[in-house]
Amino acid sequence: MSGDLLAALTLAAGHNAAVVVLGCTAFGAAVGLVGTFVLLRGRALIADVAAHATLPGVAAAFIGATLAGLDPRSLWLLMAGGATTAALGALAVRGAVATGRVRDDAAMALVLSAGFGAGVVLMSVVQSLPTGGQAGLSHFILGQAAGMAVAEAEALALLALVAAAALALLFNPLRALCFDAGFAAAAGLPVRALDLALMGLMLLVTVAGLRAVGLILVVALMVIPAVTARLLTDRLSAMAPLAALFGAASGWVGASVSAAAPGLPTGAVVTLAACALFLVALLFSPSRGVLAALLRHATLAWRIARDHMLRGAWEELERQRLGPAAPFAAAAVAEAWGWSPLRAGATAFVLRRAGLIERGGEPGFLRLTQAGIAAARGVVRRHRVWELYLTRAGGVRAFAAHRGADLIEHTLPPEVEAEVEAWLEAADPALARLAVPPPVEGARA
Amino acid sequence: MTLAELTVAEFLQLDLVPLASAVLACVTCGLLGTLLLLTRNSMLGDAVSHAVLPGIVAGFWVTGTRAALPMVGGAIAAALAAVALIGLVRRLARLEAGAAMGVVFSGMFALGLVLLVRSGADRVDLDLGCVLYGALETLIWPEATGLASLADRAALVALPGQFLLLAAMFAVTVLALALFWKELRLAAFDPAFGAVIGFDPRPVRALLMLLIAAACVAAFWAVGSILVIAALIGPPAIARLLTERYAAQFLLAAAAGAAIAVAGYAAAALVPAAMGAAVGFNAAGMIAVMAGFGFALAAVASPFRPALRRRRAAASRA
Repeated sequence: MSGDLLAALTLAAGHNAAVVVLGCTAFGAAVGLVGTFVLLRGRALIADVAAHATLPGVAAAFIGATLAGLDPRSLWLLMAGGATTAALGALAVRGAVATGRVRDDAAMALVLSAGFGAGVVLMSVVQSLPTGGQAGLSHFILGQAAGMAVAEAEALALLALVAAAALALLFNPLRALCFDAGFAAAAGLPVRALDLALMGLMLLVTVAGLRAVGLILVVALMVIPAVTARLLTDRLSAMAPLAALFGAASGWVGASVSAAAPGLPTGAVVTLAACALFLVALLFSPSRGVLAALLRHATLAWRIARDHMLRGAWEELERQRLGPAAPFAAAAVAEAWGWSPLRAGATAFVLRRAGLIERGGEPGFLRLTQAGIAAARGVVRRHRVWELYLTRAGGVRAFAAHRGADLIEHTLPPEVEAEVEAWLEAADPALARLAVPPPVEGARA
Repeated sequence: MTLAELTVAEFLQLDLVPLASAVLACVTCGLLGTLLLLTRNSMLGDAVSHAVLPGIVAGFWVTGTRAALPMVGGAIAAALAAVALIGLVRRLARLEAGAAMGVVFSGMFALGLVLLVRSGADRVDLDLGCVLYGALETLIWPEATGLASLADRAALVALPGQFLLLAAMFAVTVLALALFWKELRLAAFDPAFGAVIGFDPRPVRALLMLLIAAACVAAFWAVGSILVIAALIGPPAIARLLTERYAAQFLLAAAAGAAIAVAGYAAAALVPAAMGAAVGFNAAGMIAVMAGFGFALAAVASPFRPALRRRRAAASRA
């Protein structure tokens, strides 16, 4: 199978297979593009409802064509049937919400399942028709790219172009609509027409995708690439092409796997490919990824532990009325912060490695290095300046001010610190001097 | 044997268990779905019903049989994983709940489908058709010979396991509702008041989630993975149109569940026969259609319908 898969992926599995893979790739790009706007407009669930509601239309079109003596396998006919019931499904959701008794999520779940149920019933009718071509129709549910005709793949590619062109034309108005519908209306944009256009594009890609990815998972191809792109960028002009790229990659992998292993439902494979890309982005996105978040967390935790150790040491030295370079008991600092011996030992170890403290002669004693003294003075100063500011400017009581300063001092930006100091200086110069820890020599608090 | 006895035996063998299974599935799901509807979490039912599929397949794969416990265990594990993942995705990607659910449940459903095809393509017990359409028609009771079988130990033991699982699930649901009636009501209607009196709604919500995951497995053979949403949301939505009272909401949801199950099953069997067709309609699909039909009917007859509300408002102004 892996040889077949490689051949399909590199378009070396014959002309037909290559055209199908390319068509599905283009289609994936189109769905990703449309999905970006569908997601940002908050219409992802309506898209899911519409997709499920295509089934009765497809089956009814098949039955109708058979009874009328037309070719029931005409893709255009089936797609027209699907689009009709999908639009009806979207209207039914509005009708259910208009009763005022159920919310839109319940209305959508109801229409989705009732529509799909009607489709299932009609499918059992199709099964009993003399043409008996149910095998072909069931591919519309979960997708089967492998058996696609070249003409169908070409139609998919054409559709991708149409969707991309429409979105490029409507880019600015759609952007306004997605981010601030109120603004769009106030600016004189035809909000209803734009929503209808977006809905039309959504329906178009949904029914076009029936053959390739199936109606159950087409919404996955609409949402997941868009969400993946959202993890990587905050700009719509970058998000839309990225979503198209991820959609194209998913379509490409899905169609190739389908060519190599025709038993697998293509929709599921496409969805899993999109999910794999999503997981990679979720882990490694520089701004919103799991690893970046862990790194930020660890950095902050280290900074807090360092600040606490330094300030604890300084306060212990003050209490003992010793100079800043004198040795202090590590256990006293640990007790002041309520640290376990293990945590205190680990923190001291890391600070020793960072060159901020050193062994203080006797066992259990530590001493600040020159760099450590400078850093500790900065930390203590920031804490006391903020404490004073909270009590003087905010009227906070001393203990609460101490707690508040404890919480915020590690993340206080330097410019805020400077501003607070300037305020204190102006309000009460004598008090401002109190905040500044004494110099190295002759230290007496 | 008279003709009537023959018909009774045929009904018991072919129709009784599927019909009873459909009713049990719709009533159980309807009761649980009521809590989802009242807590405005209908989408969670959608998400859980899709997300349990890999768990069901894994449970089936491990044991190779339709033994209930591994599948229920797998489904609960999958549902827990789905809820945890949804939370993680929401927090990290700062997504709205619907989009996060869409990503997670469609991903897990796709995983379940691929596992299903790769692991058990040759097995007849669990296939794609079962996921999509349900397998109500396979729940036959060949040991039934007549009404006497209903009291016959040997015949009752031979009832299909899926039916027994559904019956057990129904009993568990009713028991849980009776035990946590007050707590569920508090969590559904006034979480703020609950917070004030120190009530933590999370255990109750977790219990509800576990029950829904288990109910999805139990209902799997009756209505499949997608149509179970109709059983979860249809009955409570119908009941919501007809009452404003908490207890009545549950009773009506149970009644609506039973009604759509019976109506759907009957329509699936009788409509094609009336039209002279040889095969029946898919019963699970018909039940979902009846859920939608019942909702439309209830909307027209609702004492709270917008037209009446407007008239009442006008009367109170006058």
